[in-house]
Amino acid sequence: MDFALTEEQTAIFDMARAFGEERIAPNARAWEAAGIIPKELWPEIGALGFGGIYVSEDSGGAGLNRLDATLIFEALSMSCPSVAAFLSIHNMCAKMLDAFGSDDIKARFLTPAISMDTVLSYCLTEPGAGSDAAALKTRATRSNEGYALTGTKAFISGGGYSDAYVVMCRTGDDGPKGISTVVVEDGTEGLSFGGLEDKMGWRSQPTRQVQFDDCKIPASNLVGDEGEGFKYAMKGLDGGRLNISACSLGAAQAALNTTLQYMGERKAFGKSIDQFQALQFRLADMEIELQAARIFLRQAAWKLDQGTPDATQFCAMAKTFVTEVGSRIVNQCLQLHGGYGYLADYGIEKLVRDLRVHEILEGTNEIMRMIVSRQLLSDRT
Amino acid sequence: MKVLVPVKRVIDYNVKVRVKSDGSGVDLANVKMSMNPFDEIAVEEAIRLKEAGKADEVIVVSIGVKQAQETLRTALAMGADRAILVIAADDVHQDIEPLAVAKILKAVVEAEGPGLVIAGKQAIDNDMNATGQMLSALLGWSQGTFASELDVDGDTAVITREVDGGLQTIKIKMPAIVTADLRLNEPRYASLPNIMKAKKKPLDEKTAADFGVDVTPRLEIVKTTEPAARSAGIKVGSVDELVAKLKEVGAV
Repeated sequence: MDFALTEEQTAIFDMARAFGEERIAPNARAWEAAGIIPKELWPEIGALGFGGIYVSEDSGGAGLNRLDATLIFEALSMSCPSVAAFLSIHNMCAKMLDAFGSDDIKARFLTPAISMDTVLSYCLTEPGAGSDAAALKTRATRSNEGYALTGTKAFISGGGYSDAYVVMCRTGDDGPKGISTVVVEDGTEGLSFGGLEDKMGWRSQPTRQVQFDDCKIPASNLVGDEGEGFKYAMKGLDGGRLNISACSLGAAQAALNTTLQYMGERKAFGKSIDQFQALQFRLADMEIELQAARIFLRQAAWKLDQGTPDATQFCAMAKTFVTEVGSRIVNQCLQLHGGYGYLADYGIEKLVRDLRVHEILEGTNEIMRMIVSRQLLSDRT
Repeated sequence: MKVLVPVKRVIDYNVKVRVKSDGSGVDLANVKMSMNPFDEIAVEEAIRLKEAGKADEVIVVSIGVKQAQETLRTALAMGADRAILVIAADDVHQDIEPLAVAKILKAVVEAEGPGLVIAGKQAIDNDMNATGQMLSALLGWSQGTFASELDVDGDTAVITREVDGGLQTIKIKMPAIVTADLRLNEPRYASLPNIMKAKKKPLDEKTAADFGVDVTPRLEIVKTTEPAARSAGIKVGSVDELVAKLKEVGAV
């Protein structure tokens, strides 16, 4: 058993962190205020290979594994979880196109997505179908020319911003087996967007409803086979959970680093506040939780890479643990900053807001616990 | 034309530097090490020359402990073609002095036949600022130090040098040694595919003995101390008082 990162993994982490510190961190607050991540950023990120992190090398991706990817998201999230998480969604779409798309789909949508000349959004959730995603109602009706989509997708990161949407829609009967995956390009007639959602965190990512009203797409925009869409969507989830956990981890690490610094500078009762044992113990508790979260996340990623039978369960457990630890730590870091932590200038309150949604999306932590307990009970002898 | 770039493994510029308890130097055990930032600039410049079609091959060389191969991999990930590691020490605390480095580099130059050597102007660990100049003297090649611009054109190179009080532009004959200053370029980030490719690029291992160079230190470190901690300031009421205080401490 070897817990050390390889030389390449260290180089990847360092590169992602350095890039984030130079290009993302100084702008994170401004982008949040503007409610948008400037599109010019993405080709820079694409040039580093982050547009197709686990897309196969044959398709022009970096061909890395999921453990490598967690390092990238952890490192980038140290600068801004909102930007890192947006990249995670893009990569989830890219991976779907690579794994299941035709050569034609790859040429039209994947290649520009890898260079990040285009960005992709993932459309699964609907206003009435969240955790029970298989109940989705957006319908794609087959015609001679292709499909006509009608329905609404909710909470779409990049809605009205992205260049193409990877959409799970119903081509058949009710239930998971009637679902297919299609790509809808921005600008397609019948594609429109709801108003900008006013969110607690992730504010630099524009989030809108994505609406289809007799939105006609060519048949060649079908990804893989009809009726397989739900399976494709589920395949991406375990990895998505790892990524989002890594985003919590990186942000928590960044908050702890900032807090360590701050506690050495801030004085109360004649000494710096890092001299109070009660607060020292809180630092220790945060470090213990953070390290435990990191090792758990990497183990889950390793299991997913190995394809072990318990990978899904471990991804669910890691997602719950790491996102909850992450939220706890950034909240504690805010507390240790006192009143200043509540001010936007110190950058901590943003992390508290950004990380909150990690406990909700990519499967709520309640769903994660369902996955874990279901497995436990079924394994009972 | 081949371009040779010597790179040094140094303590990372972000790390808090601690002096060893015996005062013999800086504690380098279990400390993050990276490529000397000026060497990164030198590597970047060499890669740009290759991309511009003015160089065919970029060879990086590092002289020191075995772990310096990580530094070489970093350079390979940025885009250098191959690497040479010259093991000259076992102990991470043994610094190879500029003259020994220059002598080894001279031998490497003679073996590889580059038309240009681009080095960092100095290493951020001991700030010697000597290796490039010594190598130039040993080889009898032209030198262009503290370069903030480099334009290679056939048999000559035009170099803008950052000198006290301004910029100096010189034209030198090739082959030459150029040392990179901070503003020569902004080094790129190694992309994921290039990081993965780096481990497949050739990395030759040699020792200082292979080149017949004695790396025994000629300098003796008498003492290493931490900079004095910043002491509390005082408030002054007027310019006169400020000037008086400055005179008192001998600052003016």
